[in-house]
Amino acid sequence: MDADHGAHLKQPSDIDIELRMLVEAVYLKYNYDFRDYTGASQKRRVLAAMRVMECETVSALQARVMHEPAAFAQLLQFLTIPVTEMFRDPEYYLAVRRQVVPFLKTYPSLKVWVAGCSTGEEVYSLAILLKEEGLLERSLIYATDINPESLETARRGVMPLERMRLYTENYQKAGGTQAFSDYYTAAYGGALFDRGLIENVTFADHSLATDSVFAETHFISCRNVMIYFNRRLQNRVLGLFHESLVHRGFLGLGSKESIDFSSYAQRFEPLARRERVFRKVGQ
Amino acid sequence: MNKSAFDATDLQAALAGRRVEAVVIGASAGGVEALGALLPALPAGYTLPVFCILHLPGDRESRLAELFAERLPLRVKEAVDKEAIEPGTVYFAGAGYHLSVESDFTFSVSCEPPVHFARPAIDVLMESSADAYGAGLAGILLTGANHDGAAGMAAIHAAGGLTVVQDPDEAQVATMPQSAIDRFTPHLILPLARIGALLPMLESDTHEP
Repeated sequence: MDADHGAHLKQPSDIDIELRMLVEAVYLKYNYDFRDYTGASQKRRVLAAMRVMECETVSALQARVMHEPAAFAQLLQFLTIPVTEMFRDPEYYLAVRRQVVPFLKTYPSLKVWVAGCSTGEEVYSLAILLKEEGLLERSLIYATDINPESLETARRGVMPLERMRLYTENYQKAGGTQAFSDYYTAAYGGALFDRGLIENVTFADHSLATDSVFAETHFISCRNVMIYFNRRLQNRVLGLFHESLVHRGFLGLGSKESIDFSSYAQRFEPLARRERVFRKVGQ
Repeated sequence: MNKSAFDATDLQAALAGRRVEAVVIGASAGGVEALGALLPALPAGYTLPVFCILHLPGDRESRLAELFAERLPLRVKEAVDKEAIEPGTVYFAGAGYHLSVESDFTFSVSCEPPVHFARPAIDVLMESSADAYGAGLAGILLTGANHDGAAGMAAIHAAGGLTVVQDPDEAQVATMPQSAIDRFTPHLILPLARIGALLPMLESDTHEP
């Protein structure tokens, strides 16, 4: 090992090398860019995929993904993280209701972007909130994700019935003003949410890693998405959001997310610090 | 197990040839008391980063960092996503999210499903720390009524790190340390008081082989 350079550079392990080659192959072949995802959780998810897809090594998984598009579709379900719930962190929705909505009411029409919407729980939650605040009819909601299966699930709006107890609790803590059960009916073996909620929702395939801004928006909610991105990609995404938001527009993040270590720390100011609601500063 | 806290030959033997760069401590049931007994052994000016992870019921916000900040002569804080790991700091995993260490020595959080019903899970933090620090990591597993941590400690062991398990006979709940011992042979199985004696010894430069 080169004594001058070796001391601080750890030799990557075989699996690190293989993981890098896998995401590079996925990018070149399928145009999905996972190259700037954080390593530790990505590694866990690839290992989980290897177990289910019965591949001994990451290289074996890569070979399958290269030659079988169906295997890539399967791997994609592991590489993206569809773990979410309705009104997750009720205090966030309460802060949006109390501190963001009064500003949103001043706009004649509203554009809201749910970035990385996964299977749609957050989209339906925000739609319910906007409806109760009398804003849904004049809102256009863009719900974007890179995972087509998640988007399809989101469009269908059928949630597992056994989750309704938790969601009802969350909804009440989030300042809900109605009976939560008014928003869904039992159908298709689950809870089918009111189609009216998504009348003004556009579900679309959009990659925060490779695509650009598509609209000017007033409020962006992107929760527990950037935790999977490294700082470079986090900076890219915050740049997109800053560009998309109107002057003094609003950005909501997940409860453990931080922009303090990004290059945009000064370009968003906290509106509700604990609940992670920010406002755009500057142009 | 009858060694006096002052006789440290076994500890010195386990440390021979090692250079510890970081310490990770996992605990579950009985862990608040165990950490309360153990962490005051960290002296002012301690140079290693220490990662603590404790199972707490539900997604309740953790106040452990605040609690220990008042009691320790060191910087104590909750680990924040994308934060660079600093020496001489005691970090606590926050509630409701897994905590990992990345290869560039920053933290990351994630909301993948719970592991062994736990989020944060000890396995997740220990396995990622083992990947980042390799042989430079010391892992300590304390009391708990859960099997979380056994795989994480085994990963530390496999990466060449130092593994220390609380003596199950002494632990408030033996399940967790015992489950690690059933999986592999840790370098040291010690009562809390002697783990306390070990902590300051971890930070000296490369130990004489």
